[in-house]
Amino acid sequence: MSATLVAPPAAETLAEPIIELRGVSKRFSKTLDFAGRLAKRLGANLREEVVHAVDGVDLTIRKGEVVGLVGESGCGKSTLGRMVAGIMPPSDGTILWRGRDLRSLNAAEARNAKLRTQMIFQDPYASLNPRLKVQEIVGEAPLFHGMAKRSEIGTYVDEQLRRAGLDPSLKARYPHQFSGGQRQRIGIARALAVQPEFLVCDEAVAALDVSIQAQILNLFMKLRRELDLTYLFISHDLGVVEHLSDRVVIMYLGRVVEEAPAEEVFRHPNHPYTKALLAEVPRIEARKRAFAGVKGEIPSPLNPPSGCHFHPRCPFAFDRCRVERPALKQVGPGHRSACHLNDAA
Amino acid sequence: MSTTTIAAAPAAPKVETPFQRFVSEFAASRIALFGLVLFLAIVAIAVLAPFIAPQNPYDLAQLDIMDGRLEPGTVGAGGFTYWLGTDDQGRDMLSGIMYGLRISLMVGAGSAIIACLVGASLGMLAAYAGGRTDSLIMRLVDLQLSFPAILAALMILAFLGKGILNVVFALVIVEWAYYARTVRGSALVERRREYIEAAQCLALPTRRIIFRHLLPNCLPPLIVVGTMQVARAIALEATLSFLGLGVPITEPSLGLLIANGYEYMLSGKYWISFYPGIALLVTIVSINLVGDQLRDVLNPRLKR
Amino acid sequence: MSAPTLEVRNLKTHFFTRGGVVKAVDDVSFTVEAGKVLGLVGESGSGKTVTGFSILGLVDPPGRIAGGQILFKGRDLATLPEAEMRGLRGNRIAMIFQDPMMTLNPVLRIDTQMIETVQAHAKVSREEARQRARDALGQVGIPSPDERLKSYPHQFSGGMRQRVAIAIALLHKPDVIVADEPTTALDVTIQGQILAEAQKLCAQFGTALVWITHDLSVVAGLADDIAVMYAGKVVESGPVAQVLDAPLHPYTLGLIGSVPSRNHRGEPLRQIPGMTPSLLNLPAGCAFRSRCPRAEPGCAEPPPFAEYRPGQHARCIHPHQEAVAA
Repeated sequence: MSATLVAPPAAETLAEPIIELRGVSKRFSKTLDFAGRLAKRLGANLREEVVHAVDGVDLTIRKGEVVGLVGESGCGKSTLGRMVAGIMPPSDGTILWRGRDLRSLNAAEARNAKLRTQMIFQDPYASLNPRLKVQEIVGEAPLFHGMAKRSEIGTYVDEQLRRAGLDPSLKARYPHQFSGGQRQRIGIARALAVQPEFLVCDEAVAALDVSIQAQILNLFMKLRRELDLTYLFISHDLGVVEHLSDRVVIMYLGRVVEEAPAEEVFRHPNHPYTKALLAEVPRIEARKRAFAGVKGEIPSPLNPPSGCHFHPRCPFAFDRCRVERPALKQVGPGHRSACHLNDAA
Repeated sequence: MSTTTIAAAPAAPKVETPFQRFVSEFAASRIALFGLVLFLAIVAIAVLAPFIAPQNPYDLAQLDIMDGRLEPGTVGAGGFTYWLGTDDQGRDMLSGIMYGLRISLMVGAGSAIIACLVGASLGMLAAYAGGRTDSLIMRLVDLQLSFPAILAALMILAFLGKGILNVVFALVIVEWAYYARTVRGSALVERRREYIEAAQCLALPTRRIIFRHLLPNCLPPLIVVGTMQVARAIALEATLSFLGLGVPITEPSLGLLIANGYEYMLSGKYWISFYPGIALLVTIVSINLVGDQLRDVLNPRLKR
Repeated sequence: MSAPTLEVRNLKTHFFTRGGVVKAVDDVSFTVEAGKVLGLVGESGSGKTVTGFSILGLVDPPGRIAGGQILFKGRDLATLPEAEMRGLRGNRIAMIFQDPMMTLNPVLRIDTQMIETVQAHAKVSREEARQRARDALGQVGIPSPDERLKSYPHQFSGGMRQRVAIAIALLHKPDVIVADEPTTALDVTIQGQILAEAQKLCAQFGTALVWITHDLSVVAGLADDIAVMYAGKVVESGPVAQVLDAPLHPYTLGLIGSVPSRNHRGEPLRQIPGMTPSLLNLPAGCAFRSRCPRAEPGCAEPPPFAEYRPGQHARCIHPHQEAVAA
């Protein structure tokens, strides 16, 4: 096959936004039950715990884009993905679907918006209902929503499976009879079956072997070309994100710290956290290198550091970082970063 | 597209449904298979009792008071051999046990099924709704489980009086909590699985997600609890009847048969209580053998 | 040059299941010298973990070592009685697991566990054992080890727990450490820290390290030598630079091609078609031939494990002799 390069739309060509997040936050609180409140009154050291999984995130994803969302555990990237996919309501802020507030949509419009956004999950073993056959897994929703007639559902499912790279003759089997890579393909066929235009992939290749991972990544790129899909590609793996994305968003403890076109992020990272991440990625080109490691641990999202969340691990932190939350500011064309150092310079 | 990969068929070409796999795993234990066969035989005897029992113990016309308390194997006045002896009414014990099994199994299974429906619905509701509903239902469960079952059942029956339906009702009241707790526990685990999120993504209605996706995956532990609870219900019913608060005297269950012979135990006429007791024991053991194996096969933690 | 610390020769570990014999490890050979790191690379089901367990004598029935030798300083561990093996395990040979909770007991304090481990192999006082435990925690970069000794495993983060597991493995300054995917579950920045510690300690104590992983990029920067496993066999082995820059075996080449950073952005990755065969019914001959672009009739015969370049072996009859384009 000739290597047809997927032309990444330049950041400036402003296609219409599919989804826009404005100041979106998600808090999870563990409220005390009756016994807990009683114990607290009696002097037990209990308190209501609130986790800011996502904290005031603005994000716009335009038609045809592949946006990579990168972060380490606890940074809220999966929660953000679920809010984008519409299966988790935000605690604060607004999500606009094609310019309209999700909350203002009527039932039919909301259902349509939900169907146009589909999610591909991390765990190929937990993401398929073990009690349904592949044809039921893939065919249920299109049948229910009237996208295919009962008489045509067989061929419809075959088409979805073939598009996801699976042999349709296997459709009468159950998920446990498939390997991890094949299960991931079933999950992709299930998502494609409701004709989405936007896929949220949450660590979709993290659980797969390297050679299978490459197959699935190629499938994602093929589908993008064939179906004109838009992606939010959530991953902790910078190599994967670099390969696939047009634009990269980096999160740390619930906040976006940097956002830029992919090449720009990898060539000129601005935020110290991004720089540290890039320095730590194991590279196959490296030989007997000295690993250094970012100092310190990822703080608990239950009790994040004040000001800039990264300041306890940041080699350049100064007083202001400890008290003031840095805003995302333009540092280049399409390149935004949340770091006080940019003001000092 | 040359990069399209039609993934090769996995090594095992046989299409094995989860049910078939479950059957073959269950059959791996001989003793469980034995328990299952035994249990099915007992069920068959109970169901077919009117056709295979030598005598209808409820038909007073067939009873001869002169044949009362005969030893096993005695030939009665009517030339009829009482293989397991007779009770004080002259009733053939073998027939009495067959008919008694009917009542016991009916009460046990009936109460278990109703309790399962009630408990599973409430448990599912608690898990899916969460919050206050969850707290309310689960505190009720706690209350129920902290109260001795036999005491609760006795109180209900003392209030309602004897009768098969009343016994079933009392057993449902004391047993639903087990099902509710079991279903809630597994539903809370399953609800967080990604296939439920996928179903939400596909904009399927909540009702469909609960009944088609969530509930079937919560069934395995429910089946295990259900099996064990049938055995427990049978034993509980026998206890209630033995104490004189269970089924009416006209439709004796195994427990009532045991109670009837109790006063003769010390006078050497052991068989009136002994054989119904054996029948009760065998029934409960066979159900528990099946239940143990079900638990082993269906327990995800024991899966490789 | 003295004898290598660890030499595995034609190791075979088979599992005798009801469905048939699973040859999880089938003819695996490699050597690791003191202070060196061997990267044992393979995908799931390749037998890399079972190889690690075999070295530690931790293979449970129905599996057993069916052939070959595991020479630890000249002693064959494969035939060593369990009693003697117990004296070596945790003492001269230690293991680090992917999940540190395999090593740690969740209901015991760290100091209890570490002191127990010290006293299991060394006749020292409690106080001295505690001293050693504290030193070990300090070596793996755990701040304020005195306080941390009094904690329970659940009070540590994932990365810290893995450090504690490494500290326990280091207590007796073992000659060999087998590390099975110890950083796979960790975040990138934490992985970097752990790799840094591993590298430092290996050099410091002259420990021979077997680093089992699916991630070529990790071993690229860490290991001296690489052994690539596929379907229970080592298909290629040699010095890191040679294996990664000029792989002989088509599978190694395919694995390297599958790594996104080796490809141009946006272009399709050079994937390996198909999937790993089931170990229960492996085809005769080369197990990779159904996925191999170079397969030919001769591949139906088992290929020999031959040395094509100095120090670089491959199990292939038609190896890539040319250097790989970057």
